Amino acid sequence: MYSIETIELRRTFRLERAARKEGRGRELVAVDDVSLQVKPGELFGLLGPNGAGKTTIIRILCTLLSPTAGRALVEGFDVVKETQQVRRLINSVSGGETCGYGILNARENLRLFTELYGIPWKVAKPRVDFMLKVTGLDKYAGTRTNRLSTGLRQRMNFARGFTTDPKVLFLDEPTVGLDVHSALDVRRFIKGWLAEHPEKTILLTTHYMAEADELCDRIAIIDNGKVQTCAPPDELKKMVQKETALELTLAGHAPVPNEWQQAGGVVKLSSSQDSENQTTHLHILLDNAAASGNFIRIVARDGRQLVDLRTIQPTLEDVFLKLTGRSLAEDTTKTGEEPE
Amino acid sequence: MWPQVGYFIQVTVARAYVRVIGAQRELSWLIGDTLLPLLSVVGYVLVYRAMKAPPEYTGFVILGGVLMTFWAHMLWSMGLQLFWEKEMGNLARYLMAPLPRPALLLGMALGGIVMTTSRALVIYIASRFLFKIHFNVSQPWLALAVFLMTLASLYGMGMALSSLFFMAGRGANYGMQAIFEPVVFLGGFYFPINRLGFVVASASAALIPTTLGLDALRQTMFNSRQIGFLAPEVELGALAVMSVIFVWLSVFAVRKMEELGRAHGKLIAKEQ
Repeated sequence: MYSIETIELRRTFRLERAARKEGRGRELVAVDDVSLQVKPGELFGLLGPNGAGKTTIIRILCTLLSPTAGRALVEGFDVVKETQQVRRLINSVSGGETCGYGILNARENLRLFTELYGIPWKVAKPRVDFMLKVTGLDKYAGTRTNRLSTGLRQRMNFARGFTTDPKVLFLDEPTVGLDVHSALDVRRFIKGWLAEHPEKTILLTTHYMAEADELCDRIAIIDNGKVQTCAPPDELKKMVQKETALELTLAGHAPVPNEWQQAGGVVKLSSSQDSENQTTHLHILLDNAAASGNFIRIVARDGRQLVDLRTIQPTLEDVFLKLTGRSLAEDTTKTGEEPE
Repeated sequence: MWPQVGYFIQVTVARAYVRVIGAQRELSWLIGDTLLPLLSVVGYVLVYRAMKAPPEYTGFVILGGVLMTFWAHMLWSMGLQLFWEKEMGNLARYLMAPLPRPALLLGMALGGIVMTTSRALVIYIASRFLFKIHFNVSQPWLALAVFLMTLASLYGMGMALSSLFFMAGRGANYGMQAIFEPVVFLGGFYFPINRLGFVVASASAALIPTTLGLDALRQTMFNSRQIGFLAPEVELGALAVMSVIFVWLSVFAVRKMEELGRAHGKLIAKEQ
């Protein structure tokens, strides 16, 4: 039996009137025939840009959203027909979320959330104390949370997800909004927790490729509601092993000509603008190392000033670029729809 | 069976705790929720005294002020609570837990009653001190039963409205603001309801639990049955029926709210 299973899962949302008037049709397909199997003890990642459908999948699995079609099972229980059984086994943490009551202190908030699961305080207390310590909140345990910084409230929220000791945990962009050190602590804790509890399962969504690469046993790359591919990170990277990844920084914000996309050896090209430094970044996947010289010549011929150039090892970003033709940083969320 | 009862009580107490503790920690309510309603009470008392109304009218106004506190709290802090919980990100946490939904609503209601009772007491004591009211309680147990049943029906209504307003969305907020003052008038908060005539009083009594509660309390606490709309015993019975209906409606409405919310993706705020 799988810990998490989705079978041709589909979720559509009716578009708001404004979006319909723009000719975007009547409905948006947020999740499109997604079939996934996550084994017990696995840390499974959903990697994709904002708007890809990751959060929608998590909301369905958390019983907060009904699927339009298909099925979703958690530990063998159907999320639509057996919601209570599913709810006893799960918890979730969303990055950037600051739930709880400002009038309560951190310890009281965590206690409240364990009581919602019927956990007696004598059982919950050591867990709450442990999580307060792990998240560095022990110093603030008695401080009202409306006096804590957003970052500290996020940490409290992260702690909340673990205090109920769920069998299956959903982590939806858990490091969004955290500083580098806190994000590192969070990733370290996740790895440690799963190592100590090999029977638990984590489904993690992220748009940080490094995070997915570091944490996940397997990754499903998702875009526009569809799973593009699913494999362990190393296998995914093998998909672009033959290619060379090139990063160029050009002065100014002049548009990237179509001709560059079709230059010899270019598999995929994505660009982004840095308004602070007035530069344009190019990420190019080339089918051989020799093609880089040719590409740089074309850039120079077009009179563009090269600020920086580096060759890098292909990453999951390149896998995504190869599969979808777009960068992970590109936001695909459309207005007027259910949030992603 | 017993573990389920224990779980129900645990959730109820946990949710009530937030409100009870909030009342102790946030003392700013003393001004907003006590002083301002007290000013309304003082205003009506002065008007009645200027009109040389019978002295028990001062007591009627004070009782109205006390129940007004509960009415306002029920509307704003019960009716709109699930909406605010959604905005704060708590609703999703509640709904993905296996907890019995009525326990959550009951916790909100009981916590609200404890919190509001302290506010109502301040208004009551301050008014009595200011205006030297003399109560003439003929049937204290009946008065107590009416008061408790008024709170039961009022907060039962709040439990039902929380889901109904949630389904109505932001429009419920505006609607409540629009009807607040008319309800204060039609509910007879500051005058005996029978002054509005049988038809209007009946309509008001059928929709607003405080109308019957206030009328019965005035009759029993000032021994003045002549100003009553119905006999207090009848009003107590009607309040009991309303309590049962509202509690049943709240259980039905929260189930429906969750079902529709899951279908339409409305259980989580857009920015979450």
